[in-house]
Amino acid sequence: MNGPDVGVVGVVASLLLIVVAIVISWRERLGLERSIAWAATRMAVQLLAIGGALRLVLAEDASLAWSWLWVAAMVVIGGIVVTRRSPGVEGLFGLACGAIALASAASLAVVFGFGMFPLEPRTLVPTAGMLLGNGIGSTVLAARRTLAEIDEHREEIEVRLSLGRSGAEAIRPHVREALRTATTPDIERTKIVGLIALPGTMTGLLLAGVDPLDAVMVQMAVMFLLLGSGAITNVMVSRGIARKLITSDHRLVRVPPQSAP
Amino acid sequence: MNEPARALFQLDAVEVTRGDKRILGPIDLAMPATGPVVIAGPSGSGKSSLLRLLNRLDVPTQGTVRYHGEAVATVDPTEHRRRVAMVFQRPVVLPGTVTDNLLEADPALSPEKVAEMLGQVGLDPGVARQQARDLSGGEAQRMCLARSLATEPDVVLFDESTSSLDPANAARIEGLAATLEQRGITVIWVTHDLDQLRRVARWVVFLADGLVVQAGPAAEVLAQPVAAVADFLAAGTP
Repeated sequence: MNGPDVGVVGVVASLLLIVVAIVISWRERLGLERSIAWAATRMAVQLLAIGGALRLVLAEDASLAWSWLWVAAMVVIGGIVVTRRSPGVEGLFGLACGAIALASAASLAVVFGFGMFPLEPRTLVPTAGMLLGNGIGSTVLAARRTLAEIDEHREEIEVRLSLGRSGAEAIRPHVREALRTATTPDIERTKIVGLIALPGTMTGLLLAGVDPLDAVMVQMAVMFLLLGSGAITNVMVSRGIARKLITSDHRLVRVPPQSAP
Repeated sequence: MNEPARALFQLDAVEVTRGDKRILGPIDLAMPATGPVVIAGPSGSGKSSLLRLLNRLDVPTQGTVRYHGEAVATVDPTEHRRRVAMVFQRPVVLPGTVTDNLLEADPALSPEKVAEMLGQVGLDPGVARQQARDLSGGEAQRMCLARSLATEPDVVLFDESTSSLDPANAARIEGLAATLEQRGITVIWVTHDLDQLRRVARWVVFLADGLVVQAGPAAEVLAQPVAAVADFLAAGTP
């Protein structure tokens, strides 16, 4: 298969659309010019750096250990993202890393254990990136909604505690609500796959010349894994946070103040 | 300070601090088993903080809270809270029907028992199937009292539970508190309303700046208040 041939001219041409967006922002007085420019610059620098690193990791003679190290780094970065978006919760970094690692390990075990892809650097890094990248948004949402639900319903929780309910019982309805909110976007995304946009894995396989039915089968498996691993991560993070906000003698501690989303 | 013959709650060198700020204490206090005991004082004096120590929704930073002589830190908190119930400042209505609210306290309550509990607080048993959020403020607070009584407590803590109600509904809650005392359930009542204090209190604890400034039988304290209490009483409102 011929690879894509994007030269500097092509990239510069696509950059023109960013200029258009900045001009629109300026003319409509949206005040987003700096943000758009910063986002585009940051994305370009990040991708160039990643591209350079991937060249080393995905080289023909590179050891698979480097790819696993890359995956581990992605898990840690995921943990950092969740922790930074929900600051002040003691031990959240370890909890988030553990949850992301476990869910990713389960998904990767299915992908490579059942031979969907051969286990090699060229498949491991992108597959793990796809699973982690797609799941991190809902994990952040699960963490933030859990904190917000508990903070907003402090009185209800303390009423249940004062009625002799255990901490786990008192907090459960609010963890449930947070999980429902965090998981709904994943469910909606799964419902519309193929109707609005062709998903990434399938698109990539089609571009690579794979039979459409085979591409669809792989994409279905990926969607199942995304939904499942997202749910596992969300439940672990949400319940883990709830446990940290209830003491061993069934008292509700103060929820750390959170910034606006 | 005036000590009751038999202490229901005994606080020994109790302090509550949050960060660098001292909220309460040090407090040494004994509360009698026959109330109503009224905890009074200006806003921010630590009344609610003291009340929350009694059913262990909070724990002291230092010192010991004893209930019938036993340190509450050593007993099962869920069991203790069922014996020492609490009615909060605002009526906190849980989702669902009035029956659902009472079942939160005791999932084994029969429909007949639910009707009986509602009758005890002057609510028509017909409201049992009504959505609890549709109750008026006064009805909701009486439902909250019924919910607290469903754990069959020995003590009920009222945390300014009439402050959001109109005078008629406040009087009904006061009347219900008096009937609890007649049934042998001790009432501990937080208020900053001096008229209510005079109506309700048999024993009184005055707080100021997190410290007990005077405690004892209400008649004695009100007849011979110390300077800080006299100032509070003279101010009329906090």
